[in-house]
Amino acid sequence: MSIDTETEMTVRDALALALDQAMAADDRVLLMGEDLADQAGGVSGVTAGLSTKYGADRVLDTPISEAAIAGAAIGAALEGMLVVPEIMIMDFIGIAIDQIVNHAAKLRFMSGGRTTCPITVRTAVFGGLGSGATHSQSLEAWFMHIPGLKVIVPSTPRDAKGLLTAAIFDPDPCVFIETVLTYGARGLVPDDPSFSLPLGEADVKRPGKDATVVTYGRGVFDALTAADQLAGEGIDVEVLDLRTLVPLDTDKIIESVGKTKRAVVAHSATTFAGPGAEVAATIAEALFGELLAPVQRVGAAFTPIPSAQGLEAATLPSASSIADAVRRTLEGSHG
Amino acid sequence: MSMSTLDPKASPDQQQQMLEVMVLAKACDERLRKGIATGEFLTVYWPSRGQEAIAAGFAASLRSDDRLVTTYRGLHDLIGKGVSLVEILGEMLGRQAGACRGKGGTMHIADPSVGLMVSTGIVGAGIPVGVGLALAARAQKSDRVVAVSFGDGATNTGSFHEGANLAATWQLPLVLVCQNNGYAEMTPTVDTMHVEHIADRAAGYNMPGVTVDGNDPVEVYGALATAVNRARAGGGPTLVECVTYRFFGHFFGDQMTYIPPEELEAAKAADPVPRFADRLVEDGVITRARAEEIEERGRQRVEDALVEVLASPAPALDELDRDVYATSEGH
Repeated sequence: MSIDTETEMTVRDALALALDQAMAADDRVLLMGEDLADQAGGVSGVTAGLSTKYGADRVLDTPISEAAIAGAAIGAALEGMLVVPEIMIMDFIGIAIDQIVNHAAKLRFMSGGRTTCPITVRTAVFGGLGSGATHSQSLEAWFMHIPGLKVIVPSTPRDAKGLLTAAIFDPDPCVFIETVLTYGARGLVPDDPSFSLPLGEADVKRPGKDATVVTYGRGVFDALTAADQLAGEGIDVEVLDLRTLVPLDTDKIIESVGKTKRAVVAHSATTFAGPGAEVAATIAEALFGELLAPVQRVGAAFTPIPSAQGLEAATLPSASSIADAVRRTLEGSHG
Repeated sequence: MSMSTLDPKASPDQQQQMLEVMVLAKACDERLRKGIATGEFLTVYWPSRGQEAIAAGFAASLRSDDRLVTTYRGLHDLIGKGVSLVEILGEMLGRQAGACRGKGGTMHIADPSVGLMVSTGIVGAGIPVGVGLALAARAQKSDRVVAVSFGDGATNTGSFHEGANLAATWQLPLVLVCQNNGYAEMTPTVDTMHVEHIADRAAGYNMPGVTVDGNDPVEVYGALATAVNRARAGGGPTLVECVTYRFFGHFFGDQMTYIPPEELEAAKAADPVPRFADRLVEDGVITRARAEEIEERGRQRVEDALVEVLASPAPALDELDRDVYATSEGH
C-alpha cells in the first residue's frame, strides 16, 4: 500500500486505526480501561480486536475504578510507558479528575522537569442520546483551566487519526475527547501509519467571507450543515475547527475573524463560562473596533441536560441554532 | 536464595544503617523547626518527627532502583530512600539547589535518580500511582518493587480502595505501607474507621495484611522485608500497617489542642530514636561512643547541607514558564 493513498472510514475506525498503529509501532503503548478487551472491545467498539492482537498485558481491562485507572496510567507513564487510559463516558471523569489535575498536569512542573507524564486520557461525550444529565456532558472547559494539560477534540476521521496519534506520542498529558454521535461520520484517512497532525493548529473546514463559526468536535458537523443552509441565503460562512482547545490556535482565530469581521463560537459545552468565552475574549482583545457585530455564542443551556428527546434537543446546540446565530451577526448590517 | 532476597532478621550492619537514617531524619526535623521558629528561614512543614523507624525500614529493605511514593509528611521517607539533604532542604526553602528548583516545595519532592518518584499533597492519591509504577515494572520485565507510604487517613479514601483492589487483582509487585500515627489531620483515627487494625482492610482484597510496632525499626524492617520478598518473587501486594505517633501535630505551628497532653508526653518519653540507639548499645551492636558519633555526624551533615542551601539563590522568575509543558513555553 502506497503511503500516499487514503481510505474512507468512520471516526470510530480512524480512532481504532490510530491505537492499532501506535501499538504496532511502539511497545511502550498500553491501553487500560473498562471493557476495553475482547470480547467487549470497548463500549463503542473502538478497541475491538486490539487485546486479541496485542495481548491482555497491553490492553488492560480494569475494574470500575476511574481514580485507579488514571492513577495507574500516571504511574506507568512516570516509568516511560505511553499509556492511553480510557474513561468510558466523560461524566465519569469526576472520579479521576484528582489524578489528572493534581498529578498528571503538575508532575513535570512540580518536579522541575524530573518526572513527566505522557498519558492520553481518551474519553467520550454521550450527549444527544437521551441518557440524561450524568451521561451527556461536554466538560472540556474543566481541563482547559488547568496548566499542564492539552485538550483535544477531533471532528473528522482524518483529524481523529492524526490527533490521536499525535497525542499518544506527545510528551505531555492529553485529554482526548471523542463524541459518540459522530463515531459513524465518514471521511478519508491517509494510509501512512506515521500520519499525525500537530497539536495546536486549527483547521479551516470551509472557507467563507461573511462570518466565521469557530467550533470543534460535533459542532463542526453542525456548523457545516448551517453553512450549507446559509449559502442558500447568500451568506458565505467560514467554519474554523479548533481541533485542540489547549494549545489554542489564537493566530488562526484572529486571522479568520479578522477577515470576516463576524464570529459565532459554537460548542456542546455549557455556554456560560464555556470554551467559547475564552475564544470570544481572544477575538475582542485582538479585533476590538474591527468587528461588525458582537461575537455570538452557541452552546448548551445552563441546565442539567434532560433526557426526554424534545427537552434534550432544546438544550443542546444544533445546525439551526448556529445558523440563527450567524444571521444575528448580519442583522441590519451591510458590511 | 537470590541476591535480591532479604533476610527478615536485620543484620548488625542493617541495624546501624537504620539508626543512622533515624538520627539524620530527627536532626533534620529539629533543625528545620528551629530555623522556622527563630525566623532564620521561611517554609511550610508537616513534621514526621516520631515516625523515623518506618523510614529506616525503607532504607534497609528497598534497593536503590526500587520505587517509593510518599506524602507531604515525607521528610523521613525521603532521607530513608536516599534523597540528598541539599535537595530536600533546598526544595523546602525554595532554592535553586532544591530537588525541583523550588517549584514543588515541601509537599512535592521527587528524585527519580534514587527511585523517589512522587511525593503527593493529596491524601490517598499516591496509591493508584504506585499501582502504575508496579505495572510498569512488570511490563518492563524488571524485578524492582514499589512501596507506597501513606497515613491512616488515606485508607479512608476511594483512591486507597481502588488502588488496593487493582494491585491485588493484577498481583503487582507493590508494598502498601500505612504509617498509622493516630491522627487523620486533626481527628483521632479511631473516630474515622470501624476496624480495629488498618491491616484488617487487606482481607477485603485477599492480600496479606500485617500490623507492626512502627516505632521499632527492626520489626518494621522484618515486615517490609517479607513484603518486598513476596512482591519481588511475583507474590503480589502486601499491606503493612506501622503503628506510630506524630510528635508535632499536622503542620508546623499546629497547637495540638485536640491531643491529650498525657498521651503526647508518653509518646515523646518513648521516642523511638534514642530508644533504638540505647538498644543497639545494650545489645552490643555498637558502642556508646559510636552512637554519639552517629548523632553528632547527623547534626553536622544537616548543618553542612543547610550552609549550601542558604548560599543557593532563589529560583529565577523564568522558572514560571519552564516545565509547564515539554516545550517549556506554555501555550
